[in-house]
Amino acid sequence: MRMLGNEQSNVLQVRDLHVEVKTKNGAATLVQDINFELKRGEVLGLVGQSGCGKTVTSMSILQLLDRKTTKVTGSIKLQGHELNGLGEKEMRGIRGKDIAFIMQNPMNAFTPVFTIGHQFIETIRSHTQWNKKQATELAIEAMHHVNLPDPVKLLKYYPFQLSGGMLQRLMIAIAASLHPAVIIADEPTTALDVNNQKKVLYHLDKIRSEFGSAILLISHDLGVISEMADEVAVMQNGRIVEKADVFQLFDEPQHEYTKKLLRARTVLPFDQSVIHLA
Amino acid sequence: MSLLQLNEVTQAYGSRKFINWKDRSKKILSNISLFLEEGTCLGLLGMSGAGKSTLGKVILGLERPQYGKVLFQGHDIYNTDKHSYQKIRRDLQAVFQDSYSSVNPRMTAEQIISEPLENFEKLTLSEQKRTVIELLERVGLSEEDLKKYPNQFSGGQLQRINIARAISLKPKLIVLDEAVSSLDMVNQTLILELLKQLKADFGLSYLFITHDIKAAYTISDRLGVLEKGELVELYDDKNQFFTSVHPVVKEMRDSMLAEYPRFRSVRRA
Repeated sequence: MRMLGNEQSNVLQVRDLHVEVKTKNGAATLVQDINFELKRGEVLGLVGQSGCGKTVTSMSILQLLDRKTTKVTGSIKLQGHELNGLGEKEMRGIRGKDIAFIMQNPMNAFTPVFTIGHQFIETIRSHTQWNKKQATELAIEAMHHVNLPDPVKLLKYYPFQLSGGMLQRLMIAIAASLHPAVIIADEPTTALDVNNQKKVLYHLDKIRSEFGSAILLISHDLGVISEMADEVAVMQNGRIVEKADVFQLFDEPQHEYTKKLLRARTVLPFDQSVIHLA
Repeated sequence: MSLLQLNEVTQAYGSRKFINWKDRSKKILSNISLFLEEGTCLGLLGMSGAGKSTLGKVILGLERPQYGKVLFQGHDIYNTDKHSYQKIRRDLQAVFQDSYSSVNPRMTAEQIISEPLENFEKLTLSEQKRTVIELLERVGLSEEDLKKYPNQFSGGQLQRINIARAISLKPKLIVLDEAVSSLDMVNQTLILELLKQLKADFGLSYLFITHDIKAAYTISDRLGVLEKGELVELYDDKNQFFTSVHPVVKEMRDSMLAEYPRFRSVRRA
């Protein structure tokens, strides 16, 4: 049940987002006419093939695109405050605290030369006034929340000592530890096998329902989208070609490209029998 | 005689100094026996750590197993004469997960696909070029792509080039190790279609190693399940995977994501 909200209840509001990059042949548009909003405790799935502009969109929200070569126009409002054009210093205060980011390959999110405890605590302390002891307690609590075994021991480990699935859950723990209003998860399960995939999504959902974080979930995998999303935006060639409630999109796709994506699903024997029942 | 046969293949790392070396060493593969008939596809499913990559390497002749035999066309690939081995190298090919690291970034598509032809065939330059163009067209690319370098192709296109290279010598068996896992969904479907088509056209056999249940189901005739180095299940009919009560298989099935929101299980109301 979603409440009808006005513009004020949007945690994140993107209007007319347009990103251009300077090339030797002039300006090239990466994404254009991007409009969407995220409400508290809701998941917006952003789906499309590689190269459609999903990551560029998320990078522009985080203001992580190269300021020298890319031009970002349009409005990106986080809880009413405009992010587009903000200085790097202010953005650094927002990233990790108000907007958290979970990336595709967990190994790339950590530096290999420091323990995960060091990196986790550093993140917490850079956004709060807490001392090391308090930050450590928060870290341990966050790790319990994602069912990581023996957090006290794990804090002393280096990233390479954890499996991909565990690292990804750790990234979620760090992302959620400061209870951000928005979590951007970019292909969070792509590098993982099925057993770990479901666990990671489950923890992401737990954070959503317990802390009310709004999630922008980016994936090319329709399984991830259909399991998690409330609303879905389909991207193709830098534009959103269709945006609808998840049930509606899957039952009655309007755009040809959406239909093409849905046709690429594999139908398994047990899907077939259950579909006939529904 | 099966095209490929594994007899009690065991791979372990660790000390053999002790009498009970089997207890002290870490077993990556335990007692794997299976067979694959010509013209069929055997899917091998396993989660991370199950031993899939090691098994792939052992089958391809890249890693000698501690114990057991790998028989390809009746020959023990780790114990055969040079002449037979040359033939095995022609007939046994591979396509791996990462398309970019499977090619030399300084070679053009033409050079990449020509390499096996140069090593094993005696074709004139023009015959070779014609063969390469035919192969490119077979995999959905074109003559225009001959002089392009790997960085000018997308992951999916580069994987097609890897496939073209793998079929260039008209092999008997291709080992596909997570061959579509790095591609997005639409490309996965397209490449699996291509592989099915090539199998039908050339009478190829595949060993499809992956953690992706749907991909394995799509392309395979038979399905095997690998867990902690053991082949715990082998289904001659792939549909048996969905009715099996084996705990490992049940866990795998329960972990699958529903591609229909109505059947989703992660989101609670």
